[in-house]
Amino acid sequence: MSERPTEQELVRFVVREARLLDEKRFDEWYELFADDAFYWVPAVPGQADPHLQNSLAYEDKFLLELRIERLKSPQAYSQKPASRCHHVLQAPEVERADRARGEFVLRTPFVYTETRGDESQRYAATAWHTLVWADERLRIRLKRVDLLNCDAMLPSIQLFL
Amino acid sequence: MGRYRDDPGALARLVEDDRVHRDVYTDPEIFSLELERLWSRAWIYVGHASQVPETGDFLTVDLAAKPVVMVRQADGGIRVLLNRCAHKGTKVVYAPSGNAGKTFRCPYHAWTYRLDGSLVMIPLKDGYAGTRLEETDSPRGLGVVKNVEVYRGFVFARLAERGLGFREFFGEALSSIDFLADRSPEGELEITGGSLRYLHDCNWKMFVENLNDSMHPMIAHASSAGTAKRLWEGRGADGPKPMAVEQFVPFVNGYQFFDEMGIKVYPHGHGFSGVNFSIHSAYSPIREYEEAMHRTYGEERAQEILGTVRHNTVYYPSLTIKGAIQSIRVARPLAADRTLIESFTFRLKGAPEAMLARTVMYNRLINSPMSVVGHDDLHCYRSIQEGLAAPGTEWVSLHRNFDPRELAAPELVANGTSEISMRNQFRAWRELMAAE
Repeated sequence: MSERPTEQELVRFVVREARLLDEKRFDEWYELFADDAFYWVPAVPGQADPHLQNSLAYEDKFLLELRIERLKSPQAYSQKPASRCHHVLQAPEVERADRARGEFVLRTPFVYTETRGDESQRYAATAWHTLVWADERLRIRLKRVDLLNCDAMLPSIQLFL
Repeated sequence: MGRYRDDPGALARLVEDDRVHRDVYTDPEIFSLELERLWSRAWIYVGHASQVPETGDFLTVDLAAKPVVMVRQADGGIRVLLNRCAHKGTKVVYAPSGNAGKTFRCPYHAWTYRLDGSLVMIPLKDGYAGTRLEETDSPRGLGVVKNVEVYRGFVFARLAERGLGFREFFGEALSSIDFLADRSPEGELEITGGSLRYLHDCNWKMFVENLNDSMHPMIAHASSAGTAKRLWEGRGADGPKPMAVEQFVPFVNGYQFFDEMGIKVYPHGHGFSGVNFSIHSAYSPIREYEEAMHRTYGEERAQEILGTVRHNTVYYPSLTIKGAIQSIRVARPLAADRTLIESFTFRLKGAPEAMLARTVMYNRLINSPMSVVGHDDLHCYRSIQEGLAAPGTEWVSLHRNFDPRELAAPELVANGTSEISMRNQFRAWRELMAAE
């Protein structure tokens, strides 16, 4: 038995995270994030700064909760009909492991599909999960999603990449 | 040949004092006439001087669906050139931005142009000896947009040779650009932080009209701003209010707030809401910034600048600015039912970084393709685009608070929930669309 979290635990965490999104179990998905976590979708390749540069999204837990609660709202008109999403993941790789600090970075290329009614969009992207191990469980400190065409003219993307 | 091109009466009849015909949003012929007439005769926003600081710096954009390059000259001036090689029509520069060095060289046959557009050389030029090339425009080089004006760094162009002058076209509406630029303790703005490029599958006018439509926020944004309000209040609203809450929550203020906000219109389609206050009035002050403003301008003028919190100012038809939050949105029409909305953020020179961070957050929350506010807005525009096909009535209502006396008063202040800004835009539309 190797030291926890094992590589298998790390990989399973990332796979489960995508599955919760695809199954729209957003409240459970939200619980995967640490209190100081961010979900970040940069607007240019290689973007280093989320504060002084425009991003497609850079959301703390309050804003993630807002997004999730909005999706439940009967007044979310752009969700009639509701969007669906689908992540096809390449095998996640452990990019960095700092066992002393309990911090792990995983890299996961994926294909994302989002549909609404008759419309369908497809994106190539890479997810970078910074995970922290504390109290015998993993949580997300940062989920960064690099969209291949992040600087292109884009239509509404309504769910979570 | 065309139903509207060949019938000026039919075109004029699309716009009445208090309603418009649906064809203005849906008809492809109207859209192409708009590009040819309205978008060519109006002064269109090209870019900001701060995007091309050094000699040879350029920016490529499409103006009225025509490719141009905005380029900084050696003498410090800015020119707008048609991005079309005088030989075969290749775009001489393709990147969104960059530095051209001293010349633009066409990537196809190496015809080479100076930064002012004039032709430097053609390879094996002797091959043209005795031909009629000399009689064409080609030896003069790239086409130059003659009517270009730089106002506080904002670069505008008028593609049509004839038309209203810059000052005549914008008039007192330029005060919103002044108030934005004066928000810098150095009186200067710099576009920074990149841009957000949001494809709207709707007519450009739906977006432009919505900016001063103050009857929609409390409805369309109930799911986003209303949820932000509910979540924050549910937490007992203790501790410092997060910036995101400050930015979202005023969208769901009541009708009275938006009505009392006030709206002002100017000739030629321009105008702004937020005459008295706006959704940007109640942001927490950033003390270091306010101190810098007081040092530069003195207390009275600083208060006047900071107290001017206009909501959206529309520079019809292409540019909308938010002075109080230092961001702008640019409309680029692509088709009758497709529009690119590109939004930019400004650094106020001499202001602390916190000001830029606030601007960037606002832009991300409101103007991104992933914005929860944008999703509901765009859903409504798209829904209009589809709904207009329904038979029964062919007209779109602009009646709210219509008063025939407004026809004789091109510049006036009205209650904030009036649809006067839309009527004002369509009066400009009718003028700018008329056959010459």
